[in-house]
Amino acid sequence: MAETRPIRVLVAKPGLDGHDRGAKIIARALRDAGMEVIYTGIRQTPEMIVEAAIQEDVDAILMSILSGAHMALFPKVMALLKQNNVADVLVAAGGILPDEDIPTITAMGIKGCFGPGTSMEEIIRFVRENIQADRLSVEV
Amino acid sequence: MQNIIERLLAGDRRALARMVTLLESETPQARRYLAELHQHSGKAHIVGVTGAPGAGKSTLVTHLVRELRRREHKVGIVAVDPTSPFSGGAILGDRIRMMELAGDPNVFIRSMASRGSLGGLAASTRDVVRAMDAAGYDPIIIETVGTGQAEVEIMRTAQTVLVVVAPGMGDDIQAIKAGILEIADIFVVSKMDKPGADQTVAELAMLLSLDTRRSSAAWRIPIVKTSALKDEGFVQLADAVQHHHEYLLTSGLLTQRAQRQIRSELQMLVVQAVINTLKAEVHEDEWQRLIDEITNRERDPYTVAHELAVRIGLK
Repeated sequence: MAETRPIRVLVAKPGLDGHDRGAKIIARALRDAGMEVIYTGIRQTPEMIVEAAIQEDVDAILMSILSGAHMALFPKVMALLKQNNVADVLVAAGGILPDEDIPTITAMGIKGCFGPGTSMEEIIRFVRENIQADRLSVEV
Repeated sequence: MQNIIERLLAGDRRALARMVTLLESETPQARRYLAELHQHSGKAHIVGVTGAPGAGKSTLVTHLVRELRRREHKVGIVAVDPTSPFSGGAILGDRIRMMELAGDPNVFIRSMASRGSLGGLAASTRDVVRAMDAAGYDPIIIETVGTGQAEVEIMRTAQTVLVVVAPGMGDDIQAIKAGILEIADIFVVSKMDKPGADQTVAELAMLLSLDTRRSSAAWRIPIVKTSALKDEGFVQLADAVQHHHEYLLTSGLLTQRAQRQIRSELQMLVVQAVINTLKAEVHEDEWQRLIDEITNRERDPYTVAHELAVRIGLK
């Protein structure tokens, strides 16, 4: 069946950043692109993010980190997703991610890394093109 | 893979989450699942929480659920936020306030976008509650979108309705007295730490005393005072919710309310079936032609509607 439903995205701020203007701007842009955005606020643990992703049955998780803790937190999120057999959710990251870390982040299974200056159109297009199409088909 | 219903009944959170997505999409397959889920539901106490935007609904739900968890209930939460009428998108932000519940395996939180429904809930909220009920969550708390005067759909879905009023809204109490104030089983004045809170309590008490319909009923609507900042009033609130449930059970009102809700649900389902039949029978170009004719005053909507009704087999 070809009929689709709105894309559901979790925008999450792992770690201790107190600053979430960027995450809010992205949440707003995704909303304006017709998506349902679950925003959970700052200071999320990997456990909270994965649990929210499961309960909300999201198609994508977008994580934003500015504090430099990404190499500690991203592997935990990816491990918890695996542990819970969540294999069909797109994971992408944004924030301050040094170039030399990006190959490692990508190797964890995080499909996109978006630094400062990324256009909203690019992120919206990335989500639309990379979420698993069969998740959106309303019949399973 | 095991059947999704079996997994849901066995307590698999991912099966429940996926089921909710299917139910939200309102497909024929979802209807078949619902028929099965119906047999396993009807056990949970369904509590609605409504009030104006910013009244403190999400915070109140968080504190109430914390108290219910102390009493070892396994709690389901459905939090509805509005869908943008322009883009069809939504920002579902109720989890921000519910952060402390996020790690608890005995709390299942699902955010729903209203997807065009105007009554304060989404069209499929009732179905989602049914799925949580079948999965063993009890009670199930429904948080409506921020409401004004007329969003009383929660009355047709919940068994116990909490109306949350924040202090400092002054004459707003007057403004909403004919709307959502009428559907309360329990009033909550939130933010009791704010100035003017006692005034709000007094105004509500006066409104209640003027309400002859309800002051003569066996259930005396309590006004519960809460402050999330000071963590006060939530034991009393959980007690009030429990007392109302007991009252519904012993008075026979629970069955009466359930029957009223089933009647309205049945009617809605039939209306939906008629709309679906109509969509299958009349194609878009014909709709457009009919609309043009009515716009140009060549025909009138009443006659056209009657003809369409006859065409799909209605008398």
